[in-house]
Amino acid sequence: MTMVKTRPLSAEPVAREARPVYEIERLAKTYARNSLTALTDVNLTLRKGEFVSVIGSSGCGKSTLLKIMAGLLPPTRGRVVLEGQPVLGPRPDIGMMFQQATLLPWKTTVENIVLPIEIRSGRGAAKAAMARARDLLQLVGLGEFGNVYPGELSGGMAQRAAICRMLIADPAVLLLDEPFSALDELTRDFMNMELQRICMERQATAFLVTHSLAEAVILSDRILVMQARPGRIVEDVPIDLPRPRTLEMINTPRFGEIVAHIRNLLGREAFA
Amino acid sequence: MTDVSHTERADTVWVERDALIDRIPRWLAMTILFVAVVAIWDLVTRMGWVSPIILPSPRETLDDLIFVGHNLVTGDYMLGALWTTTLTVIYGFLIAAAIGFSLGVLVGETKFGERAVMPYLVAIDTMPKIAFAPLFIAWLGFDISSKVALAAFIATFAIVVATAAGLYAASENERMLFKSMGASRFQTLIRLKLPTGLPYIFTGLKIASVGVMAGAITGEFLGGGKGFGALIRQSASQMNTPRVFALILYLSLLGLALYFTIAWAQRRFVFWNKSERQGAIG
Repeated sequence: MTMVKTRPLSAEPVAREARPVYEIERLAKTYARNSLTALTDVNLTLRKGEFVSVIGSSGCGKSTLLKIMAGLLPPTRGRVVLEGQPVLGPRPDIGMMFQQATLLPWKTTVENIVLPIEIRSGRGAAKAAMARARDLLQLVGLGEFGNVYPGELSGGMAQRAAICRMLIADPAVLLLDEPFSALDELTRDFMNMELQRICMERQATAFLVTHSLAEAVILSDRILVMQARPGRIVEDVPIDLPRPRTLEMINTPRFGEIVAHIRNLLGREAFA
Repeated sequence: MTDVSHTERADTVWVERDALIDRIPRWLAMTILFVAVVAIWDLVTRMGWVSPIILPSPRETLDDLIFVGHNLVTGDYMLGALWTTTLTVIYGFLIAAAIGFSLGVLVGETKFGERAVMPYLVAIDTMPKIAFAPLFIAWLGFDISSKVALAAFIATFAIVVATAAGLYAASENERMLFKSMGASRFQTLIRLKLPTGLPYIFTGLKIASVGVMAGAITGEFLGGGKGFGALIRQSASQMNTPRVFALILYLSLLGLALYFTIAWAQRRFVFWNKSERQGAIG
């Protein structure tokens, strides 16, 4: 096996000294049915206010990692600790966003946003959260659309509503599973900038799964590069582009260097 | 810029032209078809190609329609018969909806229902259910209850299958969303699966409404009593074919009323999927 030389990118990430929010140790996942090792020995710490992305080819285990972190899937070995408490199932302090907005068509936008409250604390609490839901809609620029049904929203608007639903319970961490990959490229760029603004305003801790290199670089403080068979993290790449990031940074030499470095790590596997 | 209009020739311009049928309003198309069918019907009877006992003329049928209509409006015995059949249909439909929905939830929501109950339901469903009519009459007698039971029995299965299919209809993403919110199984059923399944359930109810009509009338044919089915059988046995035609036409109004009541309820409760309503889901 020939090792392609990649120049390590050294830089101090923004939030290295902040308080840890997520701590994952020696995590492994084996699917018993086909004895497939989806993840092996994953160690990772997410600090307060940090934006971390995980990138890798399909089948590298990144979705499995996210599901375990979300408490939707139990790990085979290892531990996941969020805010000092082990994750043993879905939790209200985890906010999630999926590839599809998944808004319920029989509820208005604002009713969809308070759905997590309604499920956990009942209709009364959901009613009480309506005002907060409207503030969040304002935050994502959908102030006028609270009483509209999702059928009347565009794809980008629906995903912005999904952002509000994720934020309504004020979660400690945001888990983003390719949230904008179903959108067209222009909308996607715009949504990424919106996501950055929202995360910076709220000092949110976020974990993004994506296949888009540009998206990962423009949004993240660190990128975890994963390889498959068995799924593992091969490098933790700090992104030293200044904040706030702009779409113009895509044209800078530094951006190009980082992308080339990660592509090299990924490509080594793809053509192995 | 050069002016291109002078180079355009008529045969290079592609103009979309509606087909003839698209330019006729629907009511007119229906009227034309109706007049054509009645004209052919009239011709066939006028020329004596078919015996009047087999096919009465439109004129005779109209006379009987007026006679039966007059009887119904004045509240004579035919109105009582129609009311009996209406009650049979309503009771049968409500019982089928209640049992069908409950079994549908059992089958769609539980492994036990899916694995143990569903095979029996499929087995019973493939039987010719009309054949159970003598049993229901033997068990429940000649009054309305045996007809209600047969009507409900015939209609239940469509609702079971539709409800179970509706509960499976929620997408993987939606299930994952509910799981991530920590929703209980009951919450997922009530807040996600049932609303998602409503269009399916309404389709099942529409199919059931047809089955209920068939069951009620068959029950009245076989079990006598005071309903419209008994009137039809009586007229048929007297070779009064125009009367049979007229009674069937009035009876169809009952079926239409039930069907459109369900369609109205569907529009009212499934207000969100306008596109699907016009599509395959009905």
